[in-house]
Amino acid sequence: MKEREERRRGRRTLWFPSGPVLLGAGSVAGEKEGKGPQAPWFDRILEDDRMGFETWEKAESEMLSNAAEIAVQRANLSLGEVDVMLAGDLLNQLMSSGFAARKLEIPYLGIYGACSTMTEGLLLASVLVDGGYCRRVLAAASSHYCTAERQFRMPLEHGNQRPPAAQWTATAAGAFVVAADDLPMPRITCATVGKVVDPGITDTHQMGAAMAPAAVDTLCTHFEDTGRGPQDYDRILTGDLGKVGSQIFRDLMLRKGHRLEDRYEDCGAVYYGPFQDAHSGGSGCGCSASYYAGRVYKELLQGKYRRVLLMSTGALMTTISSQQGESIPGVAHAVVVERDPG
Amino acid sequence: MNSKKEEARAYEAYVKEFTPKPRYFRNGFRAFLTGGLLCCAAAWFKGFLLKGGFDEKTAGMLTTIALILLAQVLTGLGWFDTIAKFAGAGCIVPITGFANSVVAPAIEYKKEGPVLGVGAKLFSLAGPVLVCGLAVSVVAGLIHWFRV
Amino acid sequence: MELLDYAKTFLTGGGICLIGQILMDTTRLTAPRVLVIFVTAGGILTALGMYQPLVDWAGTGATVPLPGFGYSLVKGAQEAVLEKGLLGALTGGMSATAAGVTTAIVFGYLVALLSDPKSKR
Repeated sequence: MKEREERRRGRRTLWFPSGPVLLGAGSVAGEKEGKGPQAPWFDRILEDDRMGFETWEKAESEMLSNAAEIAVQRANLSLGEVDVMLAGDLLNQLMSSGFAARKLEIPYLGIYGACSTMTEGLLLASVLVDGGYCRRVLAAASSHYCTAERQFRMPLEHGNQRPPAAQWTATAAGAFVVAADDLPMPRITCATVGKVVDPGITDTHQMGAAMAPAAVDTLCTHFEDTGRGPQDYDRILTGDLGKVGSQIFRDLMLRKGHRLEDRYEDCGAVYYGPFQDAHSGGSGCGCSASYYAGRVYKELLQGKYRRVLLMSTGALMTTISSQQGESIPGVAHAVVVERDPG
Repeated sequence: MNSKKEEARAYEAYVKEFTPKPRYFRNGFRAFLTGGLLCCAAAWFKGFLLKGGFDEKTAGMLTTIALILLAQVLTGLGWFDTIAKFAGAGCIVPITGFANSVVAPAIEYKKEGPVLGVGAKLFSLAGPVLVCGLAVSVVAGLIHWFRV
Repeated sequence: MELLDYAKTFLTGGGICLIGQILMDTTRLTAPRVLVIFVTAGGILTALGMYQPLVDWAGTGATVPLPGFGYSLVKGAQEAVLEKGLLGALTGGMSATAAGVTTAIVFGYLVALLSDPKSKR
């Protein structure tokens, strides 16, 4: 019983005493993403978003397995040494992840958290590793503009205009190897499970606004559970609230009495440059996944941060739910990564 | 239930403060300009056909066909969405928008086969337009029959 | 005189598109919904006898935008009713617009088979 208590703080925060290590990370980004401000941080940039395949879905699946392979390689492992892969994407029945797992031949658990998939995967991977069930777990997520757009919105060649709050689904994938190890590497020390929060937004072009309250709920709960505040973190990152959503998030946090200041940034809001026509910013599982695996992980290795909080945000709507007039439920999971715990 | 709805409405109003407005004036001007020019081009083409000896009805039909062909070729080349980003309703509201909405989903679902992919998806966006249009025409026809 | 006709066409066609743009910008209506609304509105206005004067005044300015499609459908049905009686209500709309609709479908099918979707930049 005692041990169980040690692994839990407050209502929803999981504590990982062994500190699962982020042994390696891989990020792959599409052509447009590779022309954006985050380009120098990606491990691989595609020259062709279709990667020579006949369908976009195949390309997305290949991108995901690419990111996984890079992560495993950086961790100085072979694919056979990975115990489980936790992966997710935006497509129906997790098409890209399932097919990537088919190619990689790693034991696979599919997870769906919409755009929150990356931190959901990191959280579950830490549970498996810290619990002693697995030694090395791969957590990965991907999204592709062309596959997501046709599933959730309109066909690519259809002539339409995007409203200013609309976000651009990133063509990107990111993967981490989470392992039990003694190496002086970044470690996951705790995580907070998100609750589904629905502020009642029905406009599918207002995803940032729909997800912001869920992010606020998770972060405030995390602060309560751990007794920490924004000042205890060098960096607080949200997944893909976009420019509009991150402003709302910042303001809502301020109303709760937490001043985030410069340490806060949103992956979606900084993912594209001002002239890339992405409106409110990037979205999709791949956006935060490739940003964490690309930029944040490398900056952690450089020793730029001591403790960061990663929180991917997901909108759990479907094409059917939005046609039925349902509002958009949001969810956000937080994971804390530390350079040098203790 | 009601309080939840009110909360949602309050949140929506709050969100609105952070949401940039569409550029109404610029968008409107562009739509007006392209829409107007497109109709003028159609008028010129129709006049050209009328001079060529076609009767009024045939010339009108051929003009419509020409516009549809143009829009569909542009869609196939991948240019229509770029034009639409600029022109907005200026090329969506004319018959060109209808032609585009026929082809666009069909191209997208090409890999799902010629029957249930392309064949079925031709109507996924344009179908409702045909359904509503035909329904109105039948009702109007019936009313006309009662009146005559 | 011809220049004046062009001006009328431009004003009407542009005006209808402007209404569409305002609808899309100020409401959450998506493009397909706007199309449906315009076709239906064109049809109803024609049935009420309010669209014919606009067509007479502006020519292609009123027939090329989608209300013009609704106009052709309803006008076709009304004319067919006069010719063939009640059955015309069913056949008229489709036959009047057959050329455009068939072109859109058949040529659309062809274009779809020949081209690939492209990634947006």
